Amino acid sequence: MKLKTTLTAGAAALALMTGAAMAETIKVGIAAEPYPPFAAPDSAGNWSGWEVEIANAICEVQELDCAITPVAWDGIIPSLMGEQIDVIMASMSITEDRAKQIDFTDHYYKTPAVIVTAKGSGITPDDAGLNGKILGVQASTTHQAYAQKHFEGVAGEIRVYQTQDEANQDLYSGRIDAVQADSIAMADFVASGIGDCCEIVGAVADDVAVLGQGVGGGVRKGDDALRETINEGIAKILENGTYDEITKNYFSTTIYSK
Amino acid sequence: MGTARAAVASQLMIRAMLIPRRLIMLGLFAAFVVWCVVTMDWSWLPRYAPLALSGLWVTIWLLVVTIILGFTLAVPLGLAQAIGPWYLAAPARAFCTVIRGTPLLLQIWLLYYGLGSLFPQFPWIRESELWPYLRQAWPYAVLSLTLSYAGYEGEVMRGAFASVQKGQIEAARAFGMPPRKIFFRIWLPQAIRSALPTLGGETILQLKATPLVATITIVELYAVAGRVRQDTFIIYEPLLLLAAGYLVIAGVITLGFRWIEGRGPNMSR
Amino acid sequence: MEQTLELLSLSPPGWGANLLRGLVNSIQIALGAFGFGLIIGFFGAMGKLYGSPWVRDLLEVYTTVVRAVPELVLILILYYAGTDILNNIAGAFGRGPIQINGVAAGIWVLGIVQGAYATEILRGAIRAIPPGQTEAARAYGMPRDLMARRVTIPAMTAFAIPGLANLWLIATKDTALLAVVGFSELTLETRQAAQTTRAYFTFFLAAGFLYLMVTLFSGVIFGRIEKWARRGQPSHRSS
Repeated sequence: MKLKTTLTAGAAALALMTGAAMAETIKVGIAAEPYPPFAAPDSAGNWSGWEVEIANAICEVQELDCAITPVAWDGIIPSLMGEQIDVIMASMSITEDRAKQIDFTDHYYKTPAVIVTAKGSGITPDDAGLNGKILGVQASTTHQAYAQKHFEGVAGEIRVYQTQDEANQDLYSGRIDAVQADSIAMADFVASGIGDCCEIVGAVADDVAVLGQGVGGGVRKGDDALRETINEGIAKILENGTYDEITKNYFSTTIYSK
Repeated sequence: MGTARAAVASQLMIRAMLIPRRLIMLGLFAAFVVWCVVTMDWSWLPRYAPLALSGLWVTIWLLVVTIILGFTLAVPLGLAQAIGPWYLAAPARAFCTVIRGTPLLLQIWLLYYGLGSLFPQFPWIRESELWPYLRQAWPYAVLSLTLSYAGYEGEVMRGAFASVQKGQIEAARAFGMPPRKIFFRIWLPQAIRSALPTLGGETILQLKATPLVATITIVELYAVAGRVRQDTFIIYEPLLLLAAGYLVIAGVITLGFRWIEGRGPNMSR
Repeated sequence: MEQTLELLSLSPPGWGANLLRGLVNSIQIALGAFGFGLIIGFFGAMGKLYGSPWVRDLLEVYTTVVRAVPELVLILILYYAGTDILNNIAGAFGRGPIQINGVAAGIWVLGIVQGAYATEILRGAIRAIPPGQTEAARAYGMPRDLMARRVTIPAMTAFAIPGLANLWLIATKDTALLAVVGFSELTLETRQAAQTTRAYFTFFLAAGFLYLMVTLFSGVIFGRIEKWARRGQPSHRSS
């Protein structure tokens, strides 16, 4: 008798849990690390930034109920596949390798990859400049793939960090000579307090196969409904000026290019 | 004498494995391994084998070096707490309490990023001899793992020193042995022998602590599995192989400690 | 110094409240994992002592694997495998994916790790009970569960407390590992605060202080519990 009541109570609880989960909230996965100006937490724990605002704008225009969900960057694709989140909007570049695992929406921004070094280091963003230097990149990024493909035997050492912030910190400390990362995030870093140490020395030679064709949202393979919804949303905010309005608050030029 | 006992022990172990129940379990396990090898995706192995081997080497040398250095530090820490005057015992106790009371991950990050954030404020550091080492990550890994091991073993050695029979020390003193000889001939060996089982367990715990240094860019075994996962998006296979690797290393450590324990006189107390 | 205090203050833009929130999460996860581990440990110890040889061997495999493989690796495997299994089950019932929040996942993962250690601790504690007590209970014809309630558990508690106190400390410190998987607890909040404000020393020292307080406080509490558990038993101090 007791066993039966416990079992039914447990089943009811489970049903309630799953029932609650069925409400149409789209979980938008962002990386759980500060990545200004795209996403950064404030001391109250709220996330804000260009990418967060774009995500909210897309959700608003498409009338979706979105919840910004920070997830560790190197587990973000498994989280998507495990349905912990429904879409990735974490400055993830569209690459062939990733496209084998997930589907991408249209791109919503595109910026080059740059090398950042200490001021006056004389390093140039090519083989000659990086010869023997210590280069830092973030794990699981196109920059890591690029560095390992092009600078593997050239650079003295390629150090892989869990977050971009740690790489920046080590550049500031002087532990590494150079960092390869996204130009916008690096522009923000160089303009910040400790970024005073460093300067952007230029963009690396493009390699579309590795660096990808811009940054897009990631959805599960076959989740065409959500993908189309978001594509529509991106097109709408580009058309009605919301995209430009948000961009104006953060950048002096547009970062969307066909 | 020790080897004979070890031979008998290993024979008993083999005989224990050969009973039908255990044979069935071994058979099931072998079948499971074969199923894994056949059905799961192992295409990444050839490409990443060299990296995996270098990761294994890093794990092993980190383990060995930090254990030796940590134990060397733990002995004075334990001794200070056992018989030292208050101005030595108190700092030793405080050190052990802080190390054992805070997570190792926090200690590692504090040393690496905390110290790192101080470097630009002292520009002369970049000119100094130490700079090439301060730039690398391994000195910080070795330092934090050593301090951590010393903190835990200091506590273990304190108990071990206290447990050696007073009578032996008194007898040695009565014989006119100088204090240093008493320590190295009588006290320390007996303390180590009584602490050996615990030390074996603590060594395995140190092995389990090594993956944490992957967070400060040291490419050891766990970092290699992470790299494979990030490059290929294959989740389970690298992790399973990684777990198997650690099991093997832990098994080797356990067997090693059992062999060491078998070598000394039997402390049936 | 003033800047440090400002950074740590409890209201924004100070990060003090974030750290405390992370601490609460950490303690929640640690409590849940410790409790879950104790339940696993109790059944595991019973299985190892009184179970059939099959059960005993399987439990031996469980405790050996969990105690030999690093927690980080176990956390990753259990997290991915756990969510996969749960989603498969939910899929079989035709439901959508079940959302597990961070605290629950942390409790699940750390609890399994704690369970292996708890099994060994409880097993050793039960074996340390003077056999005469259990023999006498059986001679009186006490049913099994009454014996467990009246004899085994109270007698075992005194022996188990030191090991369990240690296990609790391991639980609180292991919650820091969940930061590597991105669960929101004290160490992750500390790292985010440090990364955003660049005041690495300040925040890591503050977090270390918080953990130390938890440790010292737990030590006091467990000392009291041990004294209570040992009441009525002959002690080395002659009264």
